[in-house]
Amino acid sequence: MKKLRLVLVGNGMAGVRTIEEVLKLTPDLYEITVFGSEPWPNYNRILLSPVLAGEQSLQDIVLNDWDWYKSNGITLRTGTTITKIDRHRREVIADDGSVTPYDRLILATGSIPFMLPVPGRELQGVIAYRDIADTEAMIQAAQQYKHAVVIGGGLLGLEAANGLRQRGMQVSVVHLPGWLMERQLDPVAAGLLQQSLEQKGLHFLLGKNTAALLGNEAGRVRALRFTDDSEVAADLVVMAVGIRPNTALAESAGLHCQRGIVVNDTMQTYDPRIYAVGECVSHRGTAYGLVAPLFDMAKVCANHLAEFGIGRYQGSVTSTKLKVTGIDLFSAGDFMGGEGREEIVLSDPNGGIYKKLVLQNNKLVGACLYGDTADGAWYFRLLREGKDISSIRDQLMFGESSIGDTGHEGHSLAAAMPDTAEVCGCNGVCKGSIVKAIREKGLFTIEDVRKHTKASASCGSCTGLVEQILVSTAGGDYSAAPRKKAMCGCTDLSHAEVRLAIREQHLLSIPDVQKQLQWRSADGCTSCRPALNYYLISTWPHEAKDDPQSRMINERSHANIQKDGTYSVIPRMWGGETSAADLRRIADVVDKYQIPTVKVTGGQRIDLLGVKKADLPAVWEDLGMPCGLAYAKGLRTVKTCVGSEWCRFGTQDSTSMGKQLERALARMYAPHKVKLAVSGCPRNCAEAGIKDVGVIGVDSGWEIYVAGNGGIKTEVAQFLVKVKTAEEVMEYTGAFLQLYRLEAWYLERTVHFVSRVGLDYVKSVILQDAEKRRALYEELLFALSGEADPWHQPQAAHVDTRQFSALTV
Amino acid sequence: MTTWKIICELNDIPRQGARILQRAGMDDVAIFRTAENQVFAVTDRCPHKGGPLSQGMVVGDKVACPLHNWHIDLRSGEAVAPDQGCAARFQVRVEQGQVLMDETELRCGGKA
Repeated sequence: MKKLRLVLVGNGMAGVRTIEEVLKLTPDLYEITVFGSEPWPNYNRILLSPVLAGEQSLQDIVLNDWDWYKSNGITLRTGTTITKIDRHRREVIADDGSVTPYDRLILATGSIPFMLPVPGRELQGVIAYRDIADTEAMIQAAQQYKHAVVIGGGLLGLEAANGLRQRGMQVSVVHLPGWLMERQLDPVAAGLLQQSLEQKGLHFLLGKNTAALLGNEAGRVRALRFTDDSEVAADLVVMAVGIRPNTALAESAGLHCQRGIVVNDTMQTYDPRIYAVGECVSHRGTAYGLVAPLFDMAKVCANHLAEFGIGRYQGSVTSTKLKVTGIDLFSAGDFMGGEGREEIVLSDPNGGIYKKLVLQNNKLVGACLYGDTADGAWYFRLLREGKDISSIRDQLMFGESSIGDTGHEGHSLAAAMPDTAEVCGCNGVCKGSIVKAIREKGLFTIEDVRKHTKASASCGSCTGLVEQILVSTAGGDYSAAPRKKAMCGCTDLSHAEVRLAIREQHLLSIPDVQKQLQWRSADGCTSCRPALNYYLISTWPHEAKDDPQSRMINERSHANIQKDGTYSVIPRMWGGETSAADLRRIADVVDKYQIPTVKVTGGQRIDLLGVKKADLPAVWEDLGMPCGLAYAKGLRTVKTCVGSEWCRFGTQDSTSMGKQLERALARMYAPHKVKLAVSGCPRNCAEAGIKDVGVIGVDSGWEIYVAGNGGIKTEVAQFLVKVKTAEEVMEYTGAFLQLYRLEAWYLERTVHFVSRVGLDYVKSVILQDAEKRRALYEELLFALSGEADPWHQPQAAHVDTRQFSALTV
Repeated sequence: MTTWKIICELNDIPRQGARILQRAGMDDVAIFRTAENQVFAVTDRCPHKGGPLSQGMVVGDKVACPLHNWHIDLRSGEAVAPDQGCAARFQVRVEQGQVLMDETELRCGGKA
């Protein structure tokens, strides 16, 4: 089949990114030609500022070198500008007279700097700041001349001014509004910024309006005159007053433009064969000038070009960071505040720190940070996810580390970290390897970094830090900002939508779900299969059939795989109590099967480590104890103290209570592991405060706490209710766990579930609605009724026993 | 020379699952059966940290290592990018419900 011809006009970040995405999805569908006006391959425009400041070289910022185009079979025509599109004949005509036909056309013409319409703007030495040529002109001017004036105190203007100052020029910044970066900063933060830039040697002329540029005999600029008739000397004038979408080509071809080339959610213009991406685009009335949205657009456009047709671009939330070394500044969302909004402010002008958080309806809607931006990425995440922050409101200002993040204390300033510092403690990834991967592989999103380096791929607690390294290395926050998170790459549906569909459409098997909900891959993936299996069996107990092959190995072999491929076996010991007979049997098993390690666990169990897989069935049988499910997303343990039976302080019989809970809930699968504890008095020796459900005996009854966690982030459980009897403990605990089983996403611990839906919601179901509570408890008992023990009733528990015996040649 | 030998019945291998084939003095071989009833065999050692691939989850024609979730393409034995590495693969034929492998190959290794 003859390949379709795809032509890209604009060899910049958005356009080339689209091509990359197209090649990923369908490497052979198109014969690709790329036109670029500049004489370079695709480079990272955002990093021109560090180049100007002499911190990086031009080679450093090339994203796709010449070889990349060659090895992907792309015809690259640099230094060639397309001047006309003949839509009728489907051809583009270049300034060298050449004619190139297309089947699909992508316009990524970017934006052009806005030049003030003042007399003298055509003089030599008056430039914009947009591309490599401008950057080189500035570097050259800095070697010959002394006085530079930058018009525009926005992000770009300040970066240009700083770069020129670094190169030894005397720089004045002219800015009409009353404070710097008025679109990103409030007046207080802008004042602090101005102060530190002044310390770096910049001069500021605020509230000044340029009237004319004056030239010398040679036709070069020599000064600026303002509307108040004052003048300032200038051998170089950089205009950085704004950009506007470059729509000239599209307009001349009769495409609908309105402050940008108007596109729909699939990035198509009014001519469906012509797509547009990047800064030249107007999407739902917004034109974006930052890189993250451009990459989102590229993904969607490529998806459509690859004829998948399932992606939609729905707009982006953006954040800003100024790339001036030594100045930390971050802003995102609606940082100005105003009516209906609340502000939390920390202001330490002498210490050079200012932070403002803007809240609305218990959600973070804006942030403006100056001096300490360590938590910028975290705030941005909260903002994008629209997370309810009422439970962390009092610590919000003090950052992510204040809410119990362990293991990364003190490692906050990503840029200041040495390359050898460990970032990801799980996978042993240091900063240097992350930076190297970002540079060499051209990574832009946190997902890419995760894939290539494994940093933040395990427990995820270093995600914020990795995001910061990404920001400081690649020059912007590129992480995509989806409104809702798709369950996995196989679908665009979220966990919520999938759960709902399973219930409403009464779906009973994984193939059913995949077919009804139009899964992209025939077989699903390792993320969605276990999730779907859990959703099915929890929604339709005794009706949907468990699929062991869609479970991770531990839940398939009913033991916990170790690094050497052996397994660990943990029998259940109700409430952590054991007996001489059990201990003797355990000892005999250890001897008989030469089990190398016997360890007492944190959940009051005995763990036999290093059991060969082939020995598992015999070990289970010889133990003669119930399966402990110590490997499962399900009820692990109920930890207890000795309670009133022995303890001189005990007020309640916590051991019996724990045993009763454990016997009722044994073999309960859940979205994630579930740990309980029962203490017999408020001294709380069973550590009930960091459990999914913690029960604490007091003289008059039991207090029930939920959603605690002793893991990656230590979270103290929250008080749910105080009850009088053991029966009530059973009912309230069961109802809470059933709510969690039915409404949490797979792999969401109770702490994350409760923080997502809010404790008030949990209370409204469990406490205020007695009928609903009883119904939930009944549902749980029904689901658990007849659940077989996988060690002793393998057939009933759907255990494939063939796995324990090997074939031989 | 290729000597085909019956190893087991197709139905001895769970769908979307695997069986281990033991060889004297050499690494085990993992024999996989996909949802589509295709059968593949590779060394039962992940190129990453030696995890037993036979214990992994089978998705499409790939297996995810149970230790660190590397994905190995069963057709080639190659790790799926960006991970890099290769598990030696073995020839397999399925005829009339029987799974056959090359005895010579089983005796002397496998093709990387």
